[in-house]
This record gives sequence, structure tokens and C-alpha cells, in this order.
Amino acid sequence: MSILSVRDLSIHIRDARPVDGISFDIAAGECYALLGESGCGKSMTALGLMRLLPAAAEVASGNIDFEGRELLALPESGMRDIRGGGIGMIFQEPATSLNPVLTVGRQIVEALELHSDLRGAAARARAEQLLDQVGIPDPKRRLDEFPFQLSGGLRQRVMIAIALAGSPRLLIADEPTTALDVTIQAQVLDLLDELRRTQGMALLLITHDLGVVARMADRIGVMYAGQLVEEAPREAFFARPAHPYSVRLFAALPDAENRGGRLTTIPGSVPAADVRHAGCRFVERCGEALPACAATLPPWRAIESGQRVRCHLPGAAPAVAIKVGAGDTAASGESTPLLDVSDLQVHFPIRRGILQRAVGAVRAVDGLSLRLMPGRTLALVGESGCGKTTAGKAMLQLIRPTAGSVRLDGNELTALSTQELRPLRAKMQMVFQDPFASLNPRLRIGDIIAEGMQALGVAGSPAARIGGLLEQVGLRADMAARYPHEFSGGQRQRIAIARALAVNPQLLICDEPTSALDVSVQAQILNLLSDLQRDLKLAYLFITHNIAVVDYLAHDVAVMYLGRVVESGSAAEVLRSPRHPYTQALLAAVPRVDGVRGDAPKLAGDMPSPANPPAGCHFHPRCPLADEACRREYPAQRSFGATQLVRCIKAD
Amino acid sequence: MIQPVLLWSDALLFVLIAAIVALALWARRQEPLRAAWGRVLKDGVAMAAATVLAAFIVVGLLDSLHYRARLDAKPGEPVRYAVEVNSALDALLSDLRQRSEKTYSAPLATHLYAKEALGDSAQRDFPRLRHGGTHLGADLSGHEFDVAMRVSRGCAGGVALWLVLAALWCRHKRISLVATLKVGAGGTATGAVFITLLAIFLLLGIAISLGGGYHVFGTDKVGQDVLYLSLKSIRTGLLIGTLTTLVMLPLAVLLGILAGYVGGWVDDVIQYLYTTLSSIPGVLLIAAAVLMMQVIIDTHPDWFATSAERADARLLALCLILGMTSWTGVARLLRAETLKLRELEFVQAAQAFGVGRFAIMRRHILPNLMHIVLIALVMDFSGLVLAEAVLSYVGVGVDPSTISFGTMINTARMELAREPMVWWSLAAAFGFMFALVLAANLFADAVRDAFDPRSSA
Repeated sequence: MSILSVRDLSIHIRDARPVDGISFDIAAGECYALLGESGCGKSMTALGLMRLLPAAAEVASGNIDFEGRELLALPESGMRDIRGGGIGMIFQEPATSLNPVLTVGRQIVEALELHSDLRGAAARARAEQLLDQVGIPDPKRRLDEFPFQLSGGLRQRVMIAIALAGSPRLLIADEPTTALDVTIQAQVLDLLDELRRTQGMALLLITHDLGVVARMADRIGVMYAGQLVEEAPREAFFARPAHPYSVRLFAALPDAENRGGRLTTIPGSVPAADVRHAGCRFVERCGEALPACAATLPPWRAIESGQRVRCHLPGAAPAVAIKVGAGDTAASGESTPLLDVSDLQVHFPIRRGILQRAVGAVRAVDGLSLRLMPGRTLALVGESGCGKTTAGKAMLQLIRPTAGSVRLDGNELTALSTQELRPLRAKMQMVFQDPFASLNPRLRIGDIIAEGMQALGVAGSPAARIGGLLEQVGLRADMAARYPHEFSGGQRQRIAIARALAVNPQLLICDEPTSALDVSVQAQILNLLSDLQRDLKLAYLFITHNIAVVDYLAHDVAVMYLGRVVESGSAAEVLRSPRHPYTQALLAAVPRVDGVRGDAPKLAGDMPSPANPPAGCHFHPRCPLADEACRREYPAQRSFGATQLVRCIKAD
Repeated sequence: MIQPVLLWSDALLFVLIAAIVALALWARRQEPLRAAWGRVLKDGVAMAAATVLAAFIVVGLLDSLHYRARLDAKPGEPVRYAVEVNSALDALLSDLRQRSEKTYSAPLATHLYAKEALGDSAQRDFPRLRHGGTHLGADLSGHEFDVAMRVSRGCAGGVALWLVLAALWCRHKRISLVATLKVGAGGTATGAVFITLLAIFLLLGIAISLGGGYHVFGTDKVGQDVLYLSLKSIRTGLLIGTLTTLVMLPLAVLLGILAGYVGGWVDDVIQYLYTTLSSIPGVLLIAAAVLMMQVIIDTHPDWFATSAERADARLLALCLILGMTSWTGVARLLRAETLKLRELEFVQAAQAFGVGRFAIMRRHILPNLMHIVLIALVMDFSGLVLAEAVLSYVGVGVDPSTISFGTMINTARMELAREPMVWWSLAAAFGFMFALVLAANLFADAVRDAFDPRSSA
């Protein structure tokens, strides 16, 4: 018995059709996942269900049947009972979905008063109960706190508590964990799963993450360019994805098995929403397209056991062969490190009072040591707030370190003045996280790439060199005259890489270079980075929280927690036999595509503030193994295996 | 025949116009700028406002071509020029300028607004005007009919002129008149321009036709034509609006960016400066500075050849002082935006290349602030036109001999208290100023929308 039944829903924004005739059903207590890359219409569908579309968008046709009521025919006042009371919704960004000037309790009580008869003390008691239900410790105290006093994970729990206040029968979760760290993501996903089971609440999960889908969903709908292209139960989908797009999504995922090889990429990008399609929307990016694909829209075809697919191809799409590349690209054997960081510290003073006296310091990086050999990739892994980005910038001297030493090719950088540093800047460059913020929108691509060459006086004809660089990163030389806004996210990231390469660096610090990109585009960028490493013998310091990318790309791994490296060593050793309890928990928290759950204990709580780190081992408040000795002093470094260094007295 | 006179304010105005033309030519070649201005061109309201603004600017420019007429002299004597400095607008409006009455007269009146003793009799009555309605002769029964005739003749003339212009445009673009009014060429809102032009031409035709025989907006206390005064005020308003911005903008941009980007003690000093400046009441500061300037002007009469130059010096001083006090708001805005831009990754990428501070400010910060600068510029213009009116009303504005909206309103203050009330100077000043400021604001709104990055997606 389906609780929600959507038929032929189309949403138009002027000429664009972000959602174009989608139909699906959700049964009571079921978790249905809408899977797709950015821009394919997932969020627009969710907003359409709630009738909360932006002003320019309108529902052009279709029916939305919720518990026997036609939502599109309801008056706005009737819709208000449905919102919150029938269908709850939680959003991606916990930082902005709570009102910063109201206490948590006030915001939950507001939802309770709207959807129940509870008032005053009774409502407050119920709010406390809800906070307790979503696993917030000490709920009585939290009721009177403001959102800024809570961490991201706690805020998302509060959002869930507010959504639960109306006892909805269906909860729409729009990328609920995308903005959260993996350990927090695991906590929130567990919570959602438990609520679904105990309350019998249906869940519409909107996500781009195959791992989250594998962990949560009962059934999956794959969206592409405003349409559903495949619908299947979880087991069938992960065993035999049927649509060529689904197949490629799996093949584009980086992991240890295709390490050293090339990832399968999907050429091109999702077509714009205002393009009209006669046939299949995926035809331009599909390797197996038949003549019929471009001409007629493929009908739904049932395969087996509830799986259905919109594709002309007879039978399931062929599995995409993974081409194995030249093998490990590491140029090992050299013994002098290109980058040698020891005891790096970056402290930001906390100033108070009229005289702006420093009363303390945020120890963003607090004694970080690592070495990177030429031509190799070192991944710096950690959750947000652990100081990895600050460490990267401090190594580049974009932020001057408080103490410690950074040696690049034997030169001590921390002692140099800005002028003396300039010639060395050509040897190390940075690729930033957000390709939309890292290119100046007012400059042409050619000028952006030429900037470093001019500043550092790189010899040779700039025009020819810019053309060559653009081709090297997979763009066309004639694109130099265009402006950044004409390019997609993946193309912009290629431009950012070309800009860094323009000065012939030996070291590239990549700060989450793929975290803002879709899976298929991420694969293109990772392929490009490994090609460049092979051809140019580049060394990468790869700052990331994405363990799958690390597994695919990195030779060495350093795991950071609260400003310090807690475990380091070769990728094989650290990722296969992690010894630090934090590394173990981090790896176990990553949702896996095969749905297998790690058996390591789940981490409770959040990372402490770097302004006030715990005494002794920083990890002890969250560590399942911690005892009195851990609280006394920071553990010394212990060596395991060939390369593994661990800072934990309990490790064995 | 004449001796051209280039006042300082004229020179600055022409330099400004040249700079705007050069900027426009440069912007044509910049893709994002051209796209943004293209959106302005497609906006009907913006183009109508721009047409009205253009009409004001034409009047202001005509009023900035100054000259001294040559005095009639016997042959053999050295050439001598009049003391009075006139402008091209004065020459065009010489009728209006010279046909002054004795004192107040109502719009389109034939008699003065004040009773006088007529001839040697003891009876007091409203005397006939010296110029207004004289063509009617002694019989005043045809007054209304004459006014109606002149209005319809003016309308006809305006429509005819407009039709000629529209026909020329249609021939040039090879499209029909209806098509021009509907969409216009290339999506540009020519329809709005032409409809606005029609309104302007109609008003112009009526004013010319009526102005031939009457005082359209009446006369003021000393019998000067109010329409003439209003037209002359336009230049003052425009000058104050633009030249002040010219003084203010470099200060605001330079200090705002420096404070935001460099930070540290530079930021402290600049913030201290503008906090101090903006906490002194503006009028007080301006009054003190203007009075000081007046003293300097009065003690150095030898610096100025004509009274026009003296008035001009005071006008420029006012612009300078207004500029010095009004940069703080924009600077604060730019500092905040720079603080945001400074943390963006493209600035850090430039830092990673070792690009110098000033190069980063010029290449990466300034171009990304230009939309704010532009919006602030157009927004401030209308504020400054109003500020001049307020300051002149208080008595610390322009030279009393300079005709401006402020001085007109200042004199109207007394007239409103008079019985019967004299309302037309205030109404005329109000009407012109309202049209100018409204046009500038509407245009600024459209520019802001067109340059809003969120709407350009």
C-alpha cells in the first residue's frame, strides 16, 4: 500500500524543464532513494512534493497522491497541515536551516504547537523527549541553547527532531549528510534508519552518494536530466545495474581495486534543463547508443523482481571494462624528501577586550610532521576542523606558521621573506576545493593561466604555453579567450590545475579538489591527476576526507586529528590494517557500495574545539579504548610494520 | 564675435563626459560588461529613465558652453567683451531671460500678482505685464482661446518633430513604426525611448509655443521667468551630482580596498578616519568649510575676472567638500566586500604565485567591486542633487548668484508664507527636481539589477 504516489510530475521554469514527467510510489515505512548527479532535478522534485517551489517554477502537469489526497488540488491552508504534519523535510545544510536567534527548544515547540494540541510545559516536555529520541545528550540543557552552540551533527539532529515534531508519515531528506563528516554522517544515517523502523515512517532520501544509498535504501530511483531512468530494489540494483548511466556511475567510483588504473568516466555533462529531447536523454554520453536511442524515448521495460529501466538496449547494459593503466606511478627509491615538514604549528590568537590582548589560541595545527617524496602522493586525511587545510596553506606560506619548519627541496621556507620566497613559489602550487571560487570571474581563462607565469617570470611564449597547458588538461587551446562562467565545475577544476601547472611545479597541494564535483566528473579529474603525475613526475599532497579517493590515488597516508597526525604510513598499511582507534572508526564510518558494515565501533560525539584541546591524547573523550593513562599525556610515536607510525599507547 | 569662456566646472564636466564615452567604448569590448549593459538596454523603464536623463544632460551641456558677448564698439577702438558670462542655453532662451517683469506674476497671467497704483490716480489695481500676453492687446476675452490654440499648436509641432525623427529611425533600420514601438531593434527597448521622446517633445512644443507669449511658470519676486530659472538650475544639480561623485569615488575606492585587503594598522587608521568623519554632523562641517572658502574668495577678488568665475569657484568648493564628507558610506561598503573577496580562493591562488599586493588589488579585487562602485555612483547622484537643495536652503550651498534648485526653494520659503500664496516657483523646482531624481533612481535600479550576479545566470 503506497503512502505517496507521484504520477507524471512535470515542473517547468519558463522554458526549462528540471523535472519532466516522473512517476514513483513510496510504501509506508519504506526508504526510497532518488539518486542522481547535481542538476538532474532531485531537489526540485522534493520541493514540488511539498509545493514549496521557487516563484519562477510551476507544476505543469501530474498528480501527487499522499494518503489518498491529491496534493496539487489542495488549497494552501490544507497544504499547511500536510507540511510538517504529513510530510516532514530536512535539508542539506544544518548551519542555515535553523533560525540563529531562537533557542532550539523554541523552534521545536513552534512545530509542536502547529501540529498538536500540546502547549506550555507539556510541549516543552515533548520537545525534550524528541531531542532525547534523536540521540542528543543532556536534552534538558540543549533546549535552551542556541543553534550556534551546537555542532553540525547536533544541528542536523535538531532538524530531524523538528521534522519529527509533527509525527509525519513521510520524511523527505534532501542530502541530509552531505555537509557532514563521515563519522557524523554514520551517526545521522543510523538515527534515520532507526526512526524509520521504530516509527514506521517512510523516507524519501535524496542523494548523490551510492554509499549512502547502499546503506539506507529499500528501493532506488535513478534520475537523469529530469527523468527517472531506472527503478530497482536495492539488492537488484547493486548486483546488476541495468541502465548504462547507472553502470557508469558504479564504474566511476574510485576504490582500491582500480588503483593505478584509469577510472571510467562519463564523457560530457548532464544536458541543460531547457534542451528538448526526442529520444533518450543519455544518448550523447552513452557508449552503446543505437540509432533508435536518439529518435524515440525508450519505454519502461521491466526486467525482473521489480527492477525496471528506460533503455532501448536489449538485456542489461554490458559492464564497462576497467582499463588497467601502467600500474603504480610512484617513482620510489629516492631518499631525499621533496617536502619535509616537522613540528609545524599554526595558532590563531583569540583576542578579547578593549586592548585586544591574546587570551588564548586556536591551535589549528599543533605539531604536524610529514615527509613527501618526489613523484609520490601523500594523502592528508581528516574530518573538517582538524586543521588539514590550514596545514596545506601554512606549507605554502599563504598563512605564516607560528612555529616549526617547512623544507622544500632543502630550502627552509619559514625563514624566508616574501621576496625571497617568490622564486620558490614556482616549485609548489595549490589546487583549491571550490572551482567556482578559485577562478576570478572577471578574467579570461588565458589571463588566469598567464598570471603565475608573469608573476614568476616563466620563460617562453605565453600564448603557445597557455594553449599547450589547456590541451594537457583536456580542454581546447581556443578556450583561452573565454570567461570562467562559460565552463562547468569539472572544466573549471581543469583550468585551475592548468594554472598551477603553468609555473612547472614539482609539488601540487590539492585541497579537496573533487569534493565539489559529481562522481563522473570526479573520475575525470582523478584520471587527469594520475596522468599528470606519470608524465610530469609531480608530487601531490592530497588533502581530503574522501577515503575512497585516498584508496585509489595515494601512496602514503597521514591521518590528522585535532591539528596533529595520529597515524601515518603507506596507503596499504594504514587503510588495510589501521592501528589507531580513530583511523579504525573513520574507515568503518565510510558507507560502502557493497553495503557491508564495518565492525569497528561507531564514534560518539564530535571533535573537540582546537581552542581547548583535551589533556593527554586528544582523542580520548571519543575513544572506546581510553583509560587513565590516555588522559595523562600525549602518546609518543610508535612504529609498526615497514612504514606505519601511530600515536596511541593502546595500538597493537 | 564672441569670446569663449571655459569655467573650471565646464572643463571638468567635459573631461567627465569624455571619460564616460571612453569607458563606454572600453565596456563594449568587455564581454560581461556588455552583457550587463545589454540587459539595461532591454529594460523599458530603464531606457525611458535614461531618455529623460539624457534630456536633462543636453540642457546641462548647453548651459556649460560659456562665452562673453562682444560689445558694440566704434571702429578703431580695441575690442571689448561684456562682463556678463552667458551660455549657449542663455542665447537660446534669450527671450525668456530678457523679458522680465516687475515682480510676481502667476503662470500664463496677463497681469501682475500685486496691486499697484496705476498712473497718477489713487486707485490701485493689477497692472498689465510688460511681456506676458501683450500680443492680446486691450481685449482680454481671447486669453483662454489663445492659450488653448498655443497648446494645440505646440502639441502639433511636438508630434510633427517626433514623427520626423521616428520616420528617420525607421528608414535607417528598415522597419515599420509599429515594429519600432513594439519590440525595437535587437531587443533594445526603443519603444520606451520613443514614447518617452514623444512626451518630451510634446512638453517642449507646448513650452515653446506658450513661452512665445506668456510666462509658462510665471515670474518670481524680481520678475524673472521661472521656467528659465528651472532650466538653469539643471546644470547646477547635474554638476553637484557628478563632480562630487568624482571627488568621492577615488577616495572611497582606494581607502575601502586598502582597509579591506591590507588590514592591520592600515585598516585601523582608515576606519578611525571614517568613523570620525561620519560622526561629525555633515551640515556643520560643510557650513564651516563653505564659509572658509567664501572668506578666501572675498579676500582675493583679483583671482576672478568675472562674477561667474567667482560663483563657479564656490560651486567647485562645495563639490569638493561634499565629496570629502560623503565617501565614508561607500568606503565602508567596499571594505566589507573586500574582506569577503580577500578570502576567496582565486585571491589565494594569486598569493601562491607571489603576485604583489597592489597587483592583486587591481586585478582581482577592483574588477569584482565594480558593480558596487557603479551602483553607489548612480545612487549617490540623486542623493547629492537633493543635498545641494538642502544646503542652499540652509544658506551654505552655492553662491547666491548661482541659479539652483536650492536657491529657488530657499526663496520660495518666503513666498509660501505670503498672502495670497505664490506657489509656482516651488512647484516648478519641485517638478524638475522630481523628474531628474526619479529618472536617476529608476535608472540606478535597473543598473543594479542588471549587474546583480544572481540575476545574470
